[in-house]
Amino acid sequence: MKKIGENLYLVLIFVFLFLPILVLILFSFNTSSLNIIFEGFTLHWYYDLFQNSTLLESLFNTLIVAGVSTVVSTVIGTISAYGLYKYSFKGKNIVNELLYIPVVIPEIVLGISLLSVYTLLQLELGLFTLILAHICFCIPFVIISVRSVLEGIDSHISEAASDLGASRFQIFTKIIIPMLMPGILSGAQLALTLSLDDVVISYFTAGPGANTLPLQVYSMIKTGITPDVNALITIMLCFVFVLLMVSTVVQLRRLKKEVSL
Amino acid sequence: MKKVILRIEHLKKSFGNKEVIKNFDLDVYEGEFLTLLGSSGCGKTTILRAIAGLDSVSDGHIYIDGKDVTMLDPKYREVNTIFQNYALFPLMTVEENIGFGLKMKKVNKQEIKKRVQEMLELVHLQGYEKRKPKELSGGEQQRVSIARGLINNPKVLLLDEPLSALDQKLRKSMQLELKQLQKKLGITFIYVTHSQDEALTMSDRIVLLKDGVIQQVDTPVKIYEHPNSLYTAQFLGDSNLFQGIVTRVEDNYTWVKVDDATLKIVSHGWCVGDALNILLRPENIKIILKEKKENTLQGTIVDRVYDGASTNLTIRVNKKKINVMYLGNDKLYSRGQSVYITWDIEDTIVLKREAYE
Repeated sequence: MKKIGENLYLVLIFVFLFLPILVLILFSFNTSSLNIIFEGFTLHWYYDLFQNSTLLESLFNTLIVAGVSTVVSTVIGTISAYGLYKYSFKGKNIVNELLYIPVVIPEIVLGISLLSVYTLLQLELGLFTLILAHICFCIPFVIISVRSVLEGIDSHISEAASDLGASRFQIFTKIIIPMLMPGILSGAQLALTLSLDDVVISYFTAGPGANTLPLQVYSMIKTGITPDVNALITIMLCFVFVLLMVSTVVQLRRLKKEVSL
Repeated sequence: MKKVILRIEHLKKSFGNKEVIKNFDLDVYEGEFLTLLGSSGCGKTTILRAIAGLDSVSDGHIYIDGKDVTMLDPKYREVNTIFQNYALFPLMTVEENIGFGLKMKKVNKQEIKKRVQEMLELVHLQGYEKRKPKELSGGEQQRVSIARGLINNPKVLLLDEPLSALDQKLRKSMQLELKQLQKKLGITFIYVTHSQDEALTMSDRIVLLKDGVIQQVDTPVKIYEHPNSLYTAQFLGDSNLFQGIVTRVEDNYTWVKVDDATLKIVSHGWCVGDALNILLRPENIKIILKEKKENTLQGTIVDRVYDGASTNLTIRVNKKKINVMYLGNDKLYSRGQSVYITWDIEDTIVLKREAYE
């Protein structure tokens, strides 16, 4: 009896988590153009999707912004985390605390602040300002993620490397970076997801020509969302699902190898 | 005349306002096994790190093979360090770990491979090339770390409590192995430890440190049998302390009044009225059943501890508790028994008592 109760609980959790997504996927095959009742199966919306140049363009923008801001924020974040860990300077504690501010303040505040800075600097809003904004809010996440790994590293390891004749640069690239990889990757992953689905900050910092997918979808609410958005999101979900599968398999293999030792 | 391979002159090191090393001078000879011994916080690791170049010094000079290296980066110093927690590179294999130093020097791959093999043989780890540090035991990891240091042919190998993370049995065998390795290679070892056993068994010379100041530099035998201060005598080994005043002096012998007994010691320029510390090692005290003419004290056995190889007795003499140690498990003595203790006059350690003691 207890077993059934447990299973039911688990099923409920999964229903709660995945029902909205399932509904969305289902409606991408719906013949009706309203996301209300399922009338019949069609692939029409997938065809439509590839004709909808605004939607495709916004997807393209999203990928560019997410890609560039992930790479740049990961590089800057990793180097900053190492610097903050290795060197002591006046006000280091304050810097460490300040790092959490972009993480905890409401996005809308960050969005407005960035917009005022851009206006002050007379920067024209566009893809560039959008990327800059995304880099800005991603960096702290990368730093925090990398730092958590750094703190677990024995400080004698870099001393040993230096003792054996490695230069500071070699220590960083040959010893530290490989050890930090888990933190760097999870930081990058965080930055990527944050950038991909950001609406609020992008709303303030994107120019007219730099619509991202979330912004596009958001603006479509006014005119009504067409099911080709559902189709696009279904494709993206498949993509994410495959990625997740691959990373899980890789991790499982590694775990298996460690256990067998 | 032995060659000085490492010279430290007037070394000073402060952390903030706290001076940890105060005017430290030391010559280390080529091929010797020197131990820096002291309790934690005495500055021994600080000195080692200064030699390696891992920390800067506040004042003074360090010369390696005649060359002033005080301001030199660790990578340019011909010394290597073995760390307490091994500090192996976790993502590299044993082979890559050992070859790291040569790789940094851009030695060609074939040569590296050959030298790594020689090192693996030296530390008895053949066949471990492809393993990761995680897959090795503590002792094996420390061997890799030693090989990683030795492959660079350092003029001096610095070892910072390398065995303290190992269990007792392994530590004993590693002590022997390290000592043999050092003899075989003829490389100077500077070994930091807080363990007097390790210092006594392995070293050619021991430097005893207290609060950043050298107490005594000597061979193990001398430092144990002829300590120059009460601190040294009590740091190395156990001892029973008697405090007394010289009452009579003759050419060969001097008499010292201790509590209500008078002890006879060998004359060494003492004068009547001198305050002396007289120390007796537990293993030098003998138990007898009949009173002898001199240097005999009567007491009662109050405790008896048997630890396998030896038996330790606590004997109360007047109000003092005296520790006596003898080999084996002699059942002759039991708690509460009244006995006499005596010792050879040559086994007494006599030190002038300082005003503050």
